[in-house]
Order: sequence, then C-alpha cells, then structure tokens
Amino acid sequence: MKLVIGIVRPEQANQVLEALHRAEVRGFSMSRVQGHGGEMDRVETYRGTTVQMGLSEKMRFEVAVSDDFVDKTVGALCEGGRTGEVGDGKIFVVPLDHAVRIRTGDSDEGAVTPVSK
Amino acid sequence: MSGVDTGDTAWMLIATALVLLMTPALGLFYAGLVRSKNTLNTFMMSIAAIAVATVTWAAVGYSLAFDGDGALIGGLGSAFLSGVDFAPREGTTIPELVFFAFQATFCIITTALISGAVVERMRFGPFLVFSALWSILVYAVLAHWAFGGGWLISGGTLDFAGGVPVEMASGFSALAAALVVGARKDYGRQALLPHNAVYVLLGAGLLWFGWFGFNGGSGFSTGEGSVLAFTNTLLCPAATLVIWFALDLVRGRKVTAIGAATAIIVGCVLITPAGGYVSPGWAMLLGALGAIPSYGIIVWRTRTRVDETLDVLAAHGTAGLIGILFIGFFAQETWNGVSDGLFYGNAAQLWDQVLAVLAAPAYAFVMTFILLKVIGAVMPLRATDKEEAMGMDINQHGEEAYVTGEGAILLLPDDHDKVAVPVADPG
Repeated sequence: MKLVIGIVRPEQANQVLEALHRAEVRGFSMSRVQGHGGEMDRVETYRGTTVQMGLSEKMRFEVAVSDDFVDKTVGALCEGGRTGEVGDGKIFVVPLDHAVRIRTGDSDEGAVTPVSK
Repeated sequence: MSGVDTGDTAWMLIATALVLLMTPALGLFYAGLVRSKNTLNTFMMSIAAIAVATVTWAAVGYSLAFDGDGALIGGLGSAFLSGVDFAPREGTTIPELVFFAFQATFCIITTALISGAVVERMRFGPFLVFSALWSILVYAVLAHWAFGGGWLISGGTLDFAGGVPVEMASGFSALAAALVVGARKDYGRQALLPHNAVYVLLGAGLLWFGWFGFNGGSGFSTGEGSVLAFTNTLLCPAATLVIWFALDLVRGRKVTAIGAATAIIVGCVLITPAGGYVSPGWAMLLGALGAIPSYGIIVWRTRTRVDETLDVLAAHGTAGLIGILFIGFFAQETWNGVSDGLFYGNAAQLWDQVLAVLAAPAYAFVMTFILLKVIGAVMPLRATDKEEAMGMDINQHGEEAYVTGEGAILLLPDDHDKVAVPVADPG
C-alpha cells in the first residue's frame, strides 16, 4: 500500500482527473496548495507596489493505492500534469501503514480498493 | 440659454451618469461569468471601452453620428466637439454638451458589450485597437442611421433607445468576433464555469438600474415618451423574468440564479427599442414573448463549436431584433404620438422595422469580421495556449483578482533589475 502525492499546476488539474479516470484509479482527494519548485517568479504590481510572487498555486492530489496500482497512478499524474515547462510539479510515493474505510470498518487493502456500491 | 429646459436638463444629467454606471456593472456581470483567473481582464475590457470609446467619440464618433443628415454617415462639423456647447441640441431642450455626453455613454457600453464574445483568450492590446476602430466604423455609423438623421430614421424606422446601434450591433458583432478570434482552447472539452454568481446578479441589478437612464433618457426630456419608456423598463424585464423562471422549471426543474440575471438583461434589451412606443401592457407581452427566442439560442449555442462566450448574440442581438420588430406590430399612436404598428392598421411601420433588422445586423457582422481580420493580420489577437492556461489576469495585467499576498516579496525600487529570474534553470 502506498500513498501517492502528486502536486500539479491548477490548469492541468482537469487533464489529471481525466488521466486518473482512464487509468481506472478511483478514489482520491484534491486540495489547493501554494508552493515553490524552482519556476520563474511572477512579478506583479499593485498601485505602485511591485512584488515578486514567490509561491504559485498548485493542486495536490492524494491517492492511496494498493501496490499494483502505484505505477498506473504515477503514470496518470505524469501524463495529465506535464506541459514540459518548469513548474509542472512533483510526485511523491510514500509507504502507507494503515487505512480504514470509515463506513464499513474495512482496513488496509480492502479500504483502498474501490467498491462499486 | 434660450430653448434650454432646466427640468429636462436636470434629468438628462442624471440619466447620463446612470448609463455610465452600466459599463462597470457590465464588467462585474461579465467578470462573474468567467473563471477566477480571468476576472480582472474581463472587467478591464469594459473599463477599456470607457477609456477608448470616450476619446474616439469626442474626436470623430459623435460628429459622424450626429452632424448633418446624410443617408449613410454624418459629417465632420462637430469633430473634436467643435461647436458643441450650451446651446440646445436641435430638436431637444437640453444643451448639446449634455446630449453629447449622454450619447457617449451609449457608445461606451456598446463597445464594452462585444468583449463578452472574446473574453478569456483575446489579448488586451488588440482589444484596445479594436474598440477604438469599432466605435467609429460600426457604432457611429449605425447610430447615424438610427438616431442621427440617416436613412433608417428618415425612412421612418422607430428605435427609441438603441435596438439598432446598441443591441443588434453588439450582438451580431459579437458573433463575428467569436468566429474570427476562435474558441477558447478548452471549450467543448472541459466545463468552463462562472466563478461568482453573486457578481453576475449584482451586475445585472446595477445594469437594470442604469437602464432606467438609458431608456428613460432617450426621450431627451421629462416628456411622455421618456416617462413611458421609464415605466416600461420596469415592466418588460419583470415579465421576462417570470417566463424565464417558467422555462427553467420546465427544462431543469429548478429556477437558476444565473438564468435570472440573464433574463434581466434580455428583458431590458427587449424594451430598449420599443420603450417609448408601446403601451405598458404590450411591453409586458414583449417581455414575456421575447424571453423564448433568447432562451432557446442560449441553450442551442452551447452545443455548437461557436464559443460566443457570454452569449451577447442571444441576450442583445436577438432580443434587440425582437424589440425592433415588435414596434412594427404593436406601436400605438395614442401612446407615442408618432406612429401606429400593423396591429393598429399601419402595415408600413412593420416594413420600416424589417429594413432595420435586415440592414443593421448585416453591416455590424461584416464590418466587425473584416476589422478583426485586418487587426489580426497586424498583431496576434489571441494569447498563446500557455498564457490562456495561466489566466489572462497574470499574463495581460500582472495582477490577480484574489491575491493573498502569501509568499509575496516586496521589491524595492533598487531591486527592479533583479525581477523575473528563474530560480532554477530547467537545463
């Protein structure tokens, strides 16, 4: 069991959703985050105050998957998130000790395997 | 000054300010309808129209529209406000300066309306150029036809407050603009949703408020035509709203807020040409009947490849056309003191109205199409796909609507040479 964390551009989020769907990865969460990964800084001006925007808006996907699904999930995040420019984001795969589905109490593999109903 | 009526002038000063408010209101309405990353750019297109169209109007637009009664275009006698002063405008009891300012606000909002067709992808620079040229080549010409002594008004076509130069001109120009500029890159593939429905409702409310000046001021007095148009501006959109609710209920079993905001605009547009010519009862019928074609076109248009993004054609072009035609049927001399429509025995009026709905959309569409093709040959009309994905606010204006300031580093004047350095080179 792994937790796959993918941080992507907000404008690529829809492509990532489509790619995850095609890879049959169901069940994930998505949140807005701000971060910095070495891309070009944006300079903005507000009534004479010029600022360098160090942080960029990103979308963070968190997908808990069984080991068989790790490659598919990583592949989908790459496929959906890539534009080729600096700032496309990162993917982290971390081991996952334990998972519980709250509704049924299923744990571990059973909890991260999607159910149809 | 002799011939100036103080009551009329007082009302027209207020009406002018009311109409000017409509353009920022339109900016708010449009800004709510786009995605959050394009909020400022969308709003700024309306502000740009205030800037550019006012200057072109003062320079030559007003003169081309209102100097003399040539069939196709006015003269240059009033260019750069030459001779426009405190003396009453011919045929009115208000100083020509007020008449000029009132008409300027019409040119402004019409120019701003077209932006609805090209938001979220057209670059700001070409839009400024387009606004300047469009306000002269299309708006001033059609205003001359319908208001300034041109062939439509002298032939007997009735257009109280701008069904021809404002509503049909903007609607059919918007269609041409959408075709030339092309669809947004994600159009038809992703859901591109309004980001703030409250802006949309507030914008529509402020537009309606301003529209009382737009229609109520188009009699240039506090006389009967103005009073009739003023009250019809309350009645007609209310009827449109009710029917729009019913159509929403039938179609989706729920009454939608953005639908309601759209209905307010459609209702106001419907009554714009007819306001001072039809009875209050017919105005309500116009609002009710006129809702249906605009509703249908909005539903149909989103299934096509034509990304006329904010439905200027449905809300303004179509509703303006219906309003102009409606005069031909239901104008009533006992109410307007000018002419009857077909329903009251004067079929010739309907023909005069038909001429307007044939000529004005054709002129607006063709001229806008050519104008944008020419501008597009000189400079790219669209942002690149990458810029479009990033959002027009950052790449066109260097600002964001909903900036948090987190992670922002203040650049002191000495630091300006350090800007925009990639922190890591992609290699």
